[in-house]
Amino acid sequence: MPEIQKSQRQKIVIVNTGCANISSVRFALERLGVTVEVSDDKDVITRADKVFLPGVGTAAAAMASITQKDLSSTLQSLTQPVLGVCLGMQLMVESSAEGSLENRLGDTQDDIPCLSLMPGRVARMEANGLRLPHMGWNTVSHNDDTLFKGIPQDTYFYFVHSFAVPEYAHTLASCNYGNPFSAAINKDNFFGVQFHPERSSDAGAQLLTNFVNL
Amino acid sequence: MLAKRIIPCLDVRDGKVVKGVQFRNHEIIGDIVPLAEQYAKAGADELVFYDITASSDERVVDKSWVSRIAQVIDIPFCVAGGIKSIEDAGRILEMGADKISINSPALNNPALINAMHDVYGQQCVVIGVDSFYNDATGQYEVYKFTGDENRTQKSQWQTLDWIKEVQSRGAGEIVLNCMNQDGVRKGYDIAQLSAVREVCEVPLIASGGAGEISHFNDVFQQADVDGALAASVFHKGILNIDDLKADLTANGVPMRKRHALPNAQGIKP
Repeated sequence: MPEIQKSQRQKIVIVNTGCANISSVRFALERLGVTVEVSDDKDVITRADKVFLPGVGTAAAAMASITQKDLSSTLQSLTQPVLGVCLGMQLMVESSAEGSLENRLGDTQDDIPCLSLMPGRVARMEANGLRLPHMGWNTVSHNDDTLFKGIPQDTYFYFVHSFAVPEYAHTLASCNYGNPFSAAINKDNFFGVQFHPERSSDAGAQLLTNFVNL
Repeated sequence: MLAKRIIPCLDVRDGKVVKGVQFRNHEIIGDIVPLAEQYAKAGADELVFYDITASSDERVVDKSWVSRIAQVIDIPFCVAGGIKSIEDAGRILEMGADKISINSPALNNPALINAMHDVYGQQCVVIGVDSFYNDATGQYEVYKFTGDENRTQKSQWQTLDWIKEVQSRGAGEIVLNCMNQDGVRKGYDIAQLSAVREVCEVPLIASGGAGEISHFNDVFQQADVDGALAASVFHKGILNIDDLKADLTANGVPMRKRHALPNAQGIKP
């Protein structure tokens, strides 16, 4: 398998945000035959060919962990392809309304500042009466030949979230749950997906493959 | 459109998948990892693993199988059983589980729900509720320690009150195990699930009673649940997931389609 030997020369790093789902992203990449390193070392992250920014939980907890590890400026200075997954995607924009329990029903608290890798704001989903969290398999539409190469329109991906980035200039793919929202976003070398490719069966594996191939 | 979910449930005891009838007389079905892999390949939308011994016998339980499952399957899965603290939950999530389901520990310490919400987020907080219809009083009652028939006991909660309570504390999903129906394959408890649906604003998963395809149609169409969990019909090969989904789709219940990827590419050389 010469492909795998070659791909193993790529240095793929998962940023250790201190959040969960790091293992599931790592296992998904290993199933593709690539080797990965989980790290919070600035030099290791900076020298990587591809960087994954995973995350589940709340933006407040994740940003606190990133700040405590002093990783914000490192992440902001990356020029290689970076893929944020779920909460990791939400951390890529300017701010998030997702804080503590008191904030579940409205944006009454101040936003949590995020990494500002691209414009945008994470808001509680306006699901138009549908139940939250948005949990399960939903269809994604896209007009993209990078991350979604070879993935048909309206393919199902697995989502679990109550907050989202609305559709806007940096939307790469969309999903609809009561209202449309960004299923994927992109600016320059920064890509983010709201769904979990590591838990989205064959389509998710293809998306991860496409990212590694960028 | 968001698909309704078909969720095989694997009860785990001492590292093996087991199945009992009305929570008793457990028989071994097989090893966890190959069964998990088999269900993922067969079209399951999600899997739930209940460590049914953990809460009731208070020992430290080896959960290394969580990591072995996470390595092989590419669909989400939830782990339940014996998770009593946010540290316990953190370890399971780090091993690769997507969601944590708590049942008896939430009844003993409801503040655990708030803590899990605040640390890991609402999306991974699943509350399992074992609910029994008391024919004498006409009430739905919440039970705990149902993994061990010698320790099973009624809690002080009535089911609908408990459902409201766990939501106010940050639950992200509720799995309602209707105990009267468990393992008897006579159909889901539509009346009870409909009553719970009325007060449940987060995703609701039906559990207990699945025996044939029509039971799944009934529960999705009459009780408006978000997912249907079942064990023995899948373990015993009574239902095939593809056949089940084809029938549900034909009846207008939205199901996930599995896509062919005609232009699939591997990692580039």
